[in-house]
Amino acid sequence: MNFKKSLMTLAVGSLLASSTLYAETAYVSNEKDDTISIIDLDTMTVTDTIDVGERPRGIILSKDYSKLYICASDSDTVQVMDLATNSIIKELPSGEDPEQFALHPNNRHLYVSNEDDALVTIVDTETSEVLAQIDVGVEPEGMAVSPDGTMAVNTSETTNMVHWIDTEKHELVDNTLVDQRPRHVEFSKDSKLLWASAEIGATVSVIDTATRKIIKKITFEIKGVHKDKVQPVGVKLSDDGRYAFVALGPANHVAVVNAKTYEVEDYILVGRRVWHMTFNEDQSLLLATNGISGDVSVIDVNKMKPIKTIKVGRYPWGVVVKP
Amino acid sequence: MFINNHRKNAIAITLTALLGSSHAYSDIEVDISYLQQEIDYGPVLSNILPEPEDAGFQGAKLAIKDSNTTGRFLKHKYQLQDFTSTDPQALIDKAKAQYEAGIRYFVVNTDAQTLRKFTEALGKDTLIFNAGSSADELRLHTCEANLFHTMPSRAMLADALAQWLKAKRLQKIFMITGATSDDKAFSRAFKRSAKRFGLSIVKEKDWSFDTDLRRTAQSEMPLFTQHRDYDVVFVADERGDFGEYVLYNTWLPRPVVGTQGLTPVAWHRVVEQYGAAQLQSRFEKNTKRWMNSKDYSAWAAVRSVAEAVTRTQTNDAETNKAYIKSDKFQLAGFKGRKLDFRGWNGQLRQTIPLVHPRSLVSMSPQDGFLHPTNELDTLGFDRKETDCTDTSK
Repeated sequence: MNFKKSLMTLAVGSLLASSTLYAETAYVSNEKDDTISIIDLDTMTVTDTIDVGERPRGIILSKDYSKLYICASDSDTVQVMDLATNSIIKELPSGEDPEQFALHPNNRHLYVSNEDDALVTIVDTETSEVLAQIDVGVEPEGMAVSPDGTMAVNTSETTNMVHWIDTEKHELVDNTLVDQRPRHVEFSKDSKLLWASAEIGATVSVIDTATRKIIKKITFEIKGVHKDKVQPVGVKLSDDGRYAFVALGPANHVAVVNAKTYEVEDYILVGRRVWHMTFNEDQSLLLATNGISGDVSVIDVNKMKPIKTIKVGRYPWGVVVKP
Repeated sequence: MFINNHRKNAIAITLTALLGSSHAYSDIEVDISYLQQEIDYGPVLSNILPEPEDAGFQGAKLAIKDSNTTGRFLKHKYQLQDFTSTDPQALIDKAKAQYEAGIRYFVVNTDAQTLRKFTEALGKDTLIFNAGSSADELRLHTCEANLFHTMPSRAMLADALAQWLKAKRLQKIFMITGATSDDKAFSRAFKRSAKRFGLSIVKEKDWSFDTDLRRTAQSEMPLFTQHRDYDVVFVADERGDFGEYVLYNTWLPRPVVGTQGLTPVAWHRVVEQYGAAQLQSRFEKNTKRWMNSKDYSAWAAVRSVAEAVTRTQTNDAETNKAYIKSDKFQLAGFKGRKLDFRGWNGQLRQTIPLVHPRSLVSMSPQDGFLHPTNELDTLGFDRKETDCTDTSK
C-alpha cells in the first residue's frame, strides 16, 4: 500500500517536472465555439478547453509568457487569461469588435484593431487605460509593432491600405496602398521590412519600412488549385531570416517563400481554409489553424512536411505557443 | 467616457498627420448619381415581407461611406446625388441635367426598358451601372461599352441553381410559371440552364388561379402539382404572389427551388463568409434592416467606381472606364473571389449564393463545373452566346 502510494507520488512528481521543463503549450482560439483549446506539444493532444468571451479571434502572449490576451470580438473586449491558472483575470477596454492586436516590445501597450469602427485603439495593459484611438481605413484587420518599437502598422481590408502609426506620438504618419483585402502584417526581425498579405489580391507585398514603398510583390501558383482560391492570410517569418511562410486560405496550402530571394520554394498541403500560424520556441515546428476542417496542422520545418493534425474547436482562428 | 476624449484628440492628430503624409495625393472629388425607379408590381397574395422602399439606395450610401473612409487618406471625396421617381421620364430628365452639370458616373436601379433609355439619353463618355434589372436581353443584345451590370442576370441565377440541382442529382423538374413577364423570363432562363446542364423538365404548368391561397393552398396545391414523378419543383414567381404556398403542399414531398424555397440571389443576410459578416453588420448598423440583392448591386457599383479612382488617381471617366475593363481591376466583394467585369457585356462576374430564408445552402459555381478561362463564366452568358464583342484590354 505504502509502496504504491510513493510510486504514484513519484510518477506525479516526474510528470509535473516534465511538463514544466520540457512541454511546450499551444493555445488556439476557436471563433465559433467561444473557447481556447490548449495543446500539449509533447503529446500533440488537446489537454483542456477553456470557455472565453464571444467570438475569440486574435490571441497573443505577454512577453514573459504569463498572460494570454484574447480578442473577444463580439464581447467587445480584450480578455486577459492568467496562464498559471488558465482563468480570465481581467478585461481590457478594447473599443468595439476587436479582431487582431499586437503588443509593443515594452510589454505594456496593446494596439488593437476595431473592425466595425475603423479605429485602432491603444490600451495600457497595466492601468487598463485607453491611451489613444486612431482613425484608420474600413475594416481594420492586421496589426504589428516593429521589433524596435518605433512603428505600429495596421491594415484595412476594404480601404486596401497599410497605415503607419508612430508609437511615441500615437499618430498616423503615412499610408501605403496595397492589393485587395490586406490581412496580416509581419515585420522582419531587424524592423527593416514589412510583409503584408492581400487575401483577394492574392499577393504578399514586401514593403521597405524606411520609404514605406513596396519593393516586391510575391504571387502564388499551385498546380490543380484555381488561382482565385489562392487567398494569402497569415504570414510568419523565421528568425534565421531564411523563410517566410504564407497561409493561403481556401487553397489549403502553406507556401514556403525564400525570404532573401522572394521565390516560392514549396507548397505544403494542410487542412481546409488555413489562416494563422505560429512557431514553437526553437522554430522546428510550425502550427497552422484550419478554419473549416476545425483542426491544427503541425509542420516539421526541417522536413517541410506536415506531421500531425490535431482536432480542436469550431473555426480555429489564432494560435500561439508558450515555451 | 475617456475613450471619447481620447478619440477626439486622436482625430485632431490624425488629420495633421495626413497633411504631413509623405506621399503626394491630389484632391479629387467624385460625384455619383443614384437613380431609382419606384415600380408598382401590383397586389400579391403573400404580403408578409415586402421589399424595403430604399432597397438599392442604402447600399449605394454605404459604399459612399466606405469609399470616403479610404478617400480620406488619399484626399478623395465621394458624393452621392440620389433621385427617386415613379416616372421614367423624370429620371431621364434628371440624368440629363446631371450630365450637363458634369456627372459621369450613374448607378441606375430601374427596369430594363428605362435603363435602355438612359444609354440613349446620356453621352458615351459616361459609366452607367445597372443595379436593378436582371433582364437577360440587356446582357445579350445591349452591347454599350459604357454599360455595366452589377446585378446578376436571370441566366446567371438560373445557372447557379441548375448547377446545384445537377450536383445533387435532382434531375427531373416540375416547373410552375407565374403570370407576369418577369416570371416568364425567369422560366425561360431556367429552361436554358436545364438544357445546358442536362436536367429534364418533366412537366410545365402556368399558374393562373385567382383564389386566396392563404386559405386554400392545402387543398389546391397538391392537385395542381399532381404528376407521376419529379425530383424537385421549380417556381418562377418573382414578386411573391403564390410561390410561398407551394412549399409543403406539393403532391409529392419534394423540395421547392426558384424564386421561393431554395433561391439564387446576389446577396442575402445569411451570407457571412469571406468577411461578409463585417459588411452585413455595417449595413445593419446604418439602416436597422438586412442588406438585400439590390443593396448589394448598388454597393458594388459605387465601390467599383471608387476602386478605379483609388488606383488611377483621377476622376476622368474614360480613364476609369478603361481601368474597370482592364485585367488590373479587381473588386473585393465579400463573395470569396475577386470580382471583375466581363469584357463582352459588362456583367460583373460573381459567385451566386443559394439561400433559404434562414441559411446559406451553397455557393455556385459548383465544384466540377469547369471553364477554360474562368469558372465564374459557367454562370450566365459566355462570350460566344452574346451579340457583343469584347471591348476589354
